[in-house]
Amino acid sequence: MIEAILLTIITAATPLVIAAMGELVTERAGVLNLGVEGMMIMGAVCAFAGAQLTGLPLVGLVAGIVGGALFSLLFGFLTLTLVTNQVATGLALTLLGLGLSGQLGEAFVGIPGVKLAPIVIPVLSDIPVVGPLLFRQDITFYLSIALVIGVNWFLFRSRTGLKLRAIGDNHGSAHALGISVIRTRYLAVMFGGACAGLAGAQLSLVYTPQWVENMSAGRGWIALALVVFASWRPWRVLAGGYIFGAVGILQLHAQAFGIGVPSQFLSMLPYAVTIVVLIIISHNRRTTLINTPACLGKPFVPDR
Amino acid sequence: MKKLIIALAATAAALCSTVPGAQAADKTKVCFVYVGTKTDGGWTQAHDLGRQELQKALGDKIETPYLESVPEGPDAERAIERMARSGCAVVFATSFGFMDATVKVAQKFPNVKFEHATGYKAAPNLATYNSRFYEGRYILGQIAAKMSKKGVAGYIASFPIPEVVMGINAFELGAKSVNPNFKLKVVWANTWFDPGKEADAAKALIDQGVDILTQHTDTTAPMQVAAERGIYAFGQASDMIAAGPKTQLTAIVDTWGAYYIKRTKALLDGTWKSEQIWDGLKDGILTMAPYTNMPDDVKAMAEETEAKIKSGELHPFTGPINKQDGTPWLKAGEKADDGTLLGMNFYVEGVDDKLPK
Repeated sequence: MIEAILLTIITAATPLVIAAMGELVTERAGVLNLGVEGMMIMGAVCAFAGAQLTGLPLVGLVAGIVGGALFSLLFGFLTLTLVTNQVATGLALTLLGLGLSGQLGEAFVGIPGVKLAPIVIPVLSDIPVVGPLLFRQDITFYLSIALVIGVNWFLFRSRTGLKLRAIGDNHGSAHALGISVIRTRYLAVMFGGACAGLAGAQLSLVYTPQWVENMSAGRGWIALALVVFASWRPWRVLAGGYIFGAVGILQLHAQAFGIGVPSQFLSMLPYAVTIVVLIIISHNRRTTLINTPACLGKPFVPDR
Repeated sequence: MKKLIIALAATAAALCSTVPGAQAADKTKVCFVYVGTKTDGGWTQAHDLGRQELQKALGDKIETPYLESVPEGPDAERAIERMARSGCAVVFATSFGFMDATVKVAQKFPNVKFEHATGYKAAPNLATYNSRFYEGRYILGQIAAKMSKKGVAGYIASFPIPEVVMGINAFELGAKSVNPNFKLKVVWANTWFDPGKEADAAKALIDQGVDILTQHTDTTAPMQVAAERGIYAFGQASDMIAAGPKTQLTAIVDTWGAYYIKRTKALLDGTWKSEQIWDGLKDGILTMAPYTNMPDDVKAMAEETEAKIKSGELHPFTGPINKQDGTPWLKAGEKADDGTLLGMNFYVEGVDDKLPK
């Protein structure tokens, strides 16, 4: 029973963590992309289409990543090259993504999907409890954990990561030092898009293997909020994603169990608990300020 | 010069007013506002199929613009008002949560007709229409009680509104008519449309030991989970057999087309009146999907019940019925009146849940 609950929590938390990790990198580079929901749903439709057309869910997964990344390129072109307002462009990207995915996915509605098969890791998967939970998962779960470790290492232990953070904190100085602000930001935006696309692929290939218009149902926005509440720290995003997922699933179990707490209150809990916990772990205002990319959302035009 | 400006302005105004609906002049606009997407596989899809039927039947006289994914709440008012302003002769608002918004817009536009699905507030230019879904849910309950080995079904509910509560009660009553000890676990998803959350709710219920699943939310995700876990489930609003060929026992299928055609014809004839319509299985506004994946005796029972409901011999809410806390509600032989059903805010005995207020 507990194992079953934990499995459900992992499935629910994985897309949030993946999409939030992508957005975290984008925002650390100083770009605020509010189009996560749109990129996610584009990833979902591309992944489903890819899997349907080839019969191979892995191809679908790649299609989802590529779809998300290409879609984010549109955002990059508009905000970085044409220097449009990032907030407005991001919102437009979400609206466009929701509409466009509906259009692209019209032929796939109502078709039973193919589920991404789990990858069983030998030996480790035989450990009681932990084995089936952590080592018999599909590839998106492994990727989500790899992303957290990888992004954390990249941002705080690698030279390129340092440059990326420098750009996010002060693009003028970074530019003066000869770091290519625009190019790095393009890559960061595309990384965010690829992650959102991967998260979308998880939705249409693992979570609910089907294509329904609007199926991300606000998960992109939750991922966005997680980044801020986690004060731009990868491990906190992981914690936040799992707290949100866990409380969301547990409240359903509480209802099915019949504990008699109003369901509206229970439905609110994931949001409330996640916010409270993340506020507590990032209560130190000074470290929070240090972690906040100072140039977040500000346009950059290189002076020549 | 002044004349030129006036001429230009007039032309611009003329262009503006004619371009958006180039055919609006000769065709009546019959408009639809949807809460979900028209391809959700459930509730909204059923309405859109009705709209398509209408378009096919009267396409030479009307056009049928629609708005999808309109959230319930303040946005709904804006969307419905936009429809009214754009020259719609009638606006069908197809979700319970659009009720107050539709009432407000109907007051502002006395010359536009409004029809609100599943609500209870009417006005001279605002009709309501509804389907007696509970008739179908009673049949589902009977089938569930026959097919469940554990005697517990799971119910994924959306919002605690009378419509949904009525459905839960009808299901429980149907089940109890077969197995008096049948239990029903209810999970409120607090959404109509979120495949992920609906799937989570389905998993939670199955993990807690239910072996039959029924839903009052709009997507096929719960059906899919049921198929994956190897239990039976019922479709909602549309036939969901594609999502679970070996899983779906039957589905309550909404068939709005005939109603939309009837009302639009009345509008064109000038005989449209504000009415409160509540049709059921016998009127064809609600049909049962083929009874599949069950033994012949269960199928025969379901068909018999369906026939009895159609003939009026059986009313699902016929006493003796107790409320959840055991206090009597209906005396033996007494039938619930429509008013009580439409405002239903209590459970009948046997529902294992506390009703959110």
